[in-house]
Amino acid sequence: MVSTSVDVPAVVRQSLSGKGRDRTGTLFAWSLMLALLLSLLILTVLLWDVIADSLSVWTDRSFGDFVGRQLSANPDVAGIWQAFYGSLLLMVFVIVFAVPTGVASAIYLEEYAADNRVSRTINAAIRNLAGVPSIVYGILGLAIFVKLLGDVTGPGVEGRSLVSGGLTLAVLVLPIVIITTAEALRAVPNSIREGAFGVGATRFQAIRHHVLPVAAPGIFTGTILSIARAFGEAAPLLLVGGITTFFQSGADSTFLDVLQGRFSAMPVLVFSWARLPQEGFRALTAALIVVMLVVLLLINFTAIYLRNRYEKTV
Amino acid sequence: MITIAIIVSLAGEAWVFISNVDLSSLWEIGWFPRRGMFDIRTIVVGTLLVAGIAMLVATPLGLGAAMYLSEYARPRVRRVLKPALEILAGIPSVVLGYFALTFITPEILKAIFGNAIAGFNMLAAGIGVGILTIPLVASIAEDSMRAVPLALREASYGLGASRMSTSVRVVFPAAISGIVAALIIGLSRAIGETMVVAIASGATGGSLFGLNVLEPGQTMTAAMASLAIGSDQVRGDDYAFQSLFFVGLLLFLVTLVLNVLSERFVRRVRQRY
Repeated sequence: MVSTSVDVPAVVRQSLSGKGRDRTGTLFAWSLMLALLLSLLILTVLLWDVIADSLSVWTDRSFGDFVGRQLSANPDVAGIWQAFYGSLLLMVFVIVFAVPTGVASAIYLEEYAADNRVSRTINAAIRNLAGVPSIVYGILGLAIFVKLLGDVTGPGVEGRSLVSGGLTLAVLVLPIVIITTAEALRAVPNSIREGAFGVGATRFQAIRHHVLPVAAPGIFTGTILSIARAFGEAAPLLLVGGITTFFQSGADSTFLDVLQGRFSAMPVLVFSWARLPQEGFRALTAALIVVMLVVLLLINFTAIYLRNRYEKTV
Repeated sequence: MITIAIIVSLAGEAWVFISNVDLSSLWEIGWFPRRGMFDIRTIVVGTLLVAGIAMLVATPLGLGAAMYLSEYARPRVRRVLKPALEILAGIPSVVLGYFALTFITPEILKAIFGNAIAGFNMLAAGIGVGILTIPLVASIAEDSMRAVPLALREASYGLGASRMSTSVRVVFPAAISGIVAALIIGLSRAIGETMVVAIASGATGGSLFGLNVLEPGQTMTAAMASLAIGSDQVRGDDYAFQSLFFVGLLLFLVTLVLNVLSERFVRRVRQRY
């Protein structure tokens, strides 16, 4: 009581005289903004640092030369073609395996499954799977695709093949695809479903013609962002056996040979190049990161483009 | 639709994985801690150190950014800054590892610690992981702060509270379970992060037990990655291969517990409002 009777008049006098504005409040607001700006500053410094480091590669060698050449231990002639190609093929795997199954699972869980104990357990399991560290998926891939199914996935290379890597990434991404798709479906107002049922649509027709078109933008963004996630993932591929030294990929090999053969990917290559002591590789790593970020940017723009396009047509 | 089959096969894979891991770890526990080479203490402590540093970075920055976006920023500012923060979230972790190794260590930490700091060190790795965790913490914490009903804020202003005391004494406590959940998820992410640590803290081969964050060290994830780098040695049925699964199981359980915990906190916030 004593303290307030002394404090309050002081505060009131201060604000009445217009002198001390709420200093702590302003300071607090500034420090909050600083926290945000500092995070963004880190982002800027990071991008600037990588681009500056990579400049020598773009000036001394052309973009095509760097991307087009094969892997090598010699920094002067090392290129990233095999890793670039490997990453693209891995993306294809994710798109072919994880996206349809993930979207289908989400549609089942959201639209068909009854809200009972089983479906709730499955939902919880999927949410937890999405939070499992990626390297654990690497172990999963190592145990199943490399060791257990090694004879099918890569007979000549003890299972450490592109197929194993692609399937591991697909499993990694699956829960994320399911969650984002389910969220997009949940955002569709129930009145749309009821409207469809009201004019005599079957459940399938209601989903196909009414729910899915409305949810499409969300589904597209979610799946594309999860593809981007898979693209940047290195840890599981390390375990499944992505390699970063030159390997033979003959011109006469069939597509099946490529799938069952050894593979490389850009994030794995960043990992191994970043640790090399030779000076030349530092610029190469930076250049490789720039290529990766450009691809990621393209993926993200595709997501935004698709979202805008489908939002218009609906 | 083949969805049920997929879910079953997914669960089946998880089962194969768990039974696989369980067998090897049961078989392992007898000798694992006794050998110096497989000293699990080292990597657990390394994990805690790196994750601790990461949270020291991510907690103030992440929560500060979240509170600014939710309580202070005007809508137009928010529209620009939030996607920018999401870009940071989309950057692959290998890139941050490279950044920690080539920028944070030589440009910043060398200036502070001089030559006491090694080229590969856990501090830079921890900061790198922390940067990676900021957007995650920020976005979850921001969601939970925005979920606090406007009526609470209005009531607080009505009593004459300033914006700061409203944010700190009304919104923050009301959103506390979401904020705790954000921190737990951030911690789980920091523990599970592999590539930043593997690149920046020098995870080739083994690591000596140590508490000095200026020295190289290993975390559970980085130890697994480094086992895999000598990737052709991983294939056989030797002990290294089994230890991979043991560490993996440990990691899986730790993050599982953290995720379940955070889920519980999030549910509490949902029930309240």
